[in-house]
Order: sequence, then structure tokens, then C-alpha cells
Amino acid sequence: MSATKKMMYINRNAPYGTVYALEGLEVVLIGAAFEQDVSMAFIGDGIYQILKGQDTSDSDMKNFSPTYNALGDYEVTKLYVEQESLDERGLSVDDLMPLVYEDEDDDWAEKPSIIVLSRADLAVEMAGQDVLFNF
Amino acid sequence: MLHTVNKSPYSSDSLKVCQGYMQSGDAVLLIEDGVYGAMAGGSSEAMVKEIAANAKVYALAPDLKARGIVSEKLIDGIEVVGFDGFVSLAAEHDKVQNWL
Repeated sequence: MSATKKMMYINRNAPYGTVYALEGLEVVLIGAAFEQDVSMAFIGDGIYQILKGQDTSDSDMKNFSPTYNALGDYEVTKLYVEQESLDERGLSVDDLMPLVYEDEDDDWAEKPSIIVLSRADLAVEMAGQDVLFNF
Repeated sequence: MLHTVNKSPYSSDSLKVCQGYMQSGDAVLLIEDGVYGAMAGGSSEAMVKEIAANAKVYALAPDLKARGIVSEKLIDGIEVVGFDGFVSLAAEHDKVQNWL
């Protein structure tokens, strides 16, 4: 097996209007099984994927938002959220699901997975990746 | 005429284009990802308020609920309707135009 690669999945679409978000999340979970260094970025309408309080009980669609809670168990612990995209939509990090992971190097302490970055800083993160996937 | 918009105002110009074609007596119903336009506090709020000043603006309840958009987050003046309200609006207006 080749060396670990840094892979970033960039999510730019809202959760229910198109299938990008659900398919992208499934690819992340599958990819995570191959022990790569995986991160996700939520930009533009992609940040709506992790908005709190989603409830599809009246609309005959699958609410897949709880699945984001599983990312930590798959060692996907870096979820970058772009500050400008939050600001544009009148949102703050408190409007997002409180996604966490357990840090095995720190006695399994629960830590937040969401990292808010400016567009400029996120661009630097992207530049440091080996592979980028856009959804 | 009833206009429906199913795209987020942050990823598409559908709502903006729709606004440019609205006549007096027309109404707008935000559905699917269009309901993100009903949320207060974002940079599209001014445009939505401008539309709401001249026309009735509705948002579809199940699509709001699915996306976690609670009523406290809605722009003032937007009326929430269910699927039955959608049917009534379509019946009340002589035409429906779907902006995609």
C-alpha cells in the first residue's frame, strides 16, 4: 500500500435539493476506510449540510444529517468551514451541528471537529493537499 | 402569476431573475433549496425584503423543516405554507412559472 495521502473533500452544495451532499458524504466514509489523511471543507451552500435541526419527517426524504456525527469515528476530524460563507448567510458556528471527535492521543477527550477558516487560510489548506474532490 | 424558486439565492441567480419579471399581483413561493432565501441575516435578505414589499412571499414548510430553518430565523413578512397551501396558491393564480 502506498503512503498516506492528504485528501480533501470540498462540499459546495446544500443537502436536499441535489444529491451531491449525500453522495459526497458516502464517498468520504468509504474513503476513510483506506486510512488516508482525510479532511472536509464546507464552502458556499455546502455549510447548510451541517446546519442544526434538520428534520425531514414531513417531506419524504432521508435526513442524513446525523451521519455527519459518525465522521469522528472514521477519523475524519478536520471539518473546515469558511468564515465568509457563514457571514454571507448570516450564520455563526453556533448555528451548526456541534460535531466532535475523540482524541486518542489525549485520553479520548472529546474535541470539536469544526474549524472555521477564512477563505485565504482555506486556500492555503487546499494547496497543501495531495488530492481534492469536489461535490 | 405564481412564481416558484427552487434554488438557493447564494448559489443561483434564479430569485434575482424572477424578481426582474414580477408584475403587480404576482406571488413568490420558495421551495426546495429556494427556502434558504427565507432565512434572515444573510446578504440576500435585502433582495427578499424588496420582493416582499411589492408581492406576497411564501416558503414551503416541509422544505424549511427538512433544512433546519426554524420560524425564528425567517425574514419578517414571509408566510409559511404546507403542500395544501402550495396547491391553493397554484389554483388561485392564473399561471405558475417555475424558476430553476
